[in-house]
Amino acid sequence: MSFDVDVAIRRGERLIEAAFRTGEGATVLVGRSGAGKTSVLMALAGLLRPERGVVRVGGRTLFDADAAIDVPAERRRAGVVFQEPRLFPHRRVAANLRYGLRGSTAWDATVAMLDIGHLLDRWPRTLSGGEARRVAIGRALLSAPEFLLLDEPLSSLDPDRREEVLRAIERVRDVVRLPILMVTHDVEEATRIGTRIVRL
Amino acid sequence: MLTAAEWAVVRLSLLVGGTACLATLPVAFALAWLLARGRFPGKVLLDGIVHLPLVVPPVVTGWMLLLFFGNGGAGGQALAALGGSVLFRWTGAAIAAGVMALPLMVRAMRLSIEAVDRRLEQAARTLGAGRWRTFATITLPLSLPGMLAGVVLGFARSIGEFGATITFVSNVPGETETLPLAIYAALQQPGAEATVARLAGASVALSLAALVASEWLVRRAGRGIHVL
Repeated sequence: MSFDVDVAIRRGERLIEAAFRTGEGATVLVGRSGAGKTSVLMALAGLLRPERGVVRVGGRTLFDADAAIDVPAERRRAGVVFQEPRLFPHRRVAANLRYGLRGSTAWDATVAMLDIGHLLDRWPRTLSGGEARRVAIGRALLSAPEFLLLDEPLSSLDPDRREEVLRAIERVRDVVRLPILMVTHDVEEATRIGTRIVRL
Repeated sequence: MLTAAEWAVVRLSLLVGGTACLATLPVAFALAWLLARGRFPGKVLLDGIVHLPLVVPPVVTGWMLLLFFGNGGAGGQALAALGGSVLFRWTGAAIAAGVMALPLMVRAMRLSIEAVDRRLEQAARTLGAGRWRTFATITLPLSLPGMLAGVVLGFARSIGEFGATITFVSNVPGETETLPLAIYAALQQPGAEATVARLAGASVALSLAALVASEWLVRRAGRGIHVL
């Protein structure tokens, strides 16, 4: 069991409800704009507290309203790639990548896979949208996460780069075998990455 | 050039201003943090109280300090129990200057904390950084220029303090007679125009130096935070 989610999230007047259980592989979350896909992702990351419900990932309970369990974001071991790259502007690319570095994570392999080796000395503000996105993905992977949360990770990438990042995600799914939850609008991305598709 | 007595006034002003600034710094920072990030009942009231010295006549602030630290006041009795007093002392002048500088420091710091993109802090937390590490590595460096500007602004305000100081600790040469007080005293004496001019010149030079230093620090911090 990868993701076992049954939550209600309050966003202002609205109550977003999501319930799904998925097996191995990647789960893709689809739905119209404003359906609350990002909110569900943020709740899994521990950045948004659901009003009620349960969040389990890989058998580990991260949130359980009834049992008063709410593992803080920094201890959830989620590799999060946000919609916008959120690189730290006061740290160079290398320092951004190192920020969450844990143990003997495969630095060289990750840097090579995302083709960001030539960017290590650059400041985030000098990166293109696609470059910043790849650094953000690298930063999440290098924190040795136990699962990945990807919020439209392929938007703003040119076709070549998009293909590379797609392959990288597939590799993480098939080789590293991390549970992945990805939000996307793109049907092709959804069918290619998703072992399972959840509609919100 | 300044005479020995005038140099003493400058040194005392720097001592009073520097002490006021350093002692107020942690208080101002805590208040700025609370006002920028806290959500609690009475926040508007706290905000108002912090800003009070900015709008109340300085004489009134001085008088309130006198009530609090005087022999009958809670602060005065607490200090007396410890065998001390701040009345007619340079420490009292520093308290007056610090209280007057507080709102300016809180304002600058609060703005710089509010300007930090909280989404970056969220990203740091998902990367395993607890609250303290997030604060030390993300929030603090990103708000540093504004913090420094607040400190220098507070210092400049401190060395210029007049009304609250003279009301609270009076004008005691060598103890509480900072630059503005010395200038005022010289103005009361016939034939002391040269002294007034020299002290006023020193005052302008100090304030200008503080402003230039502030600008320089902010620029330097703007670059420096990149290597942290």
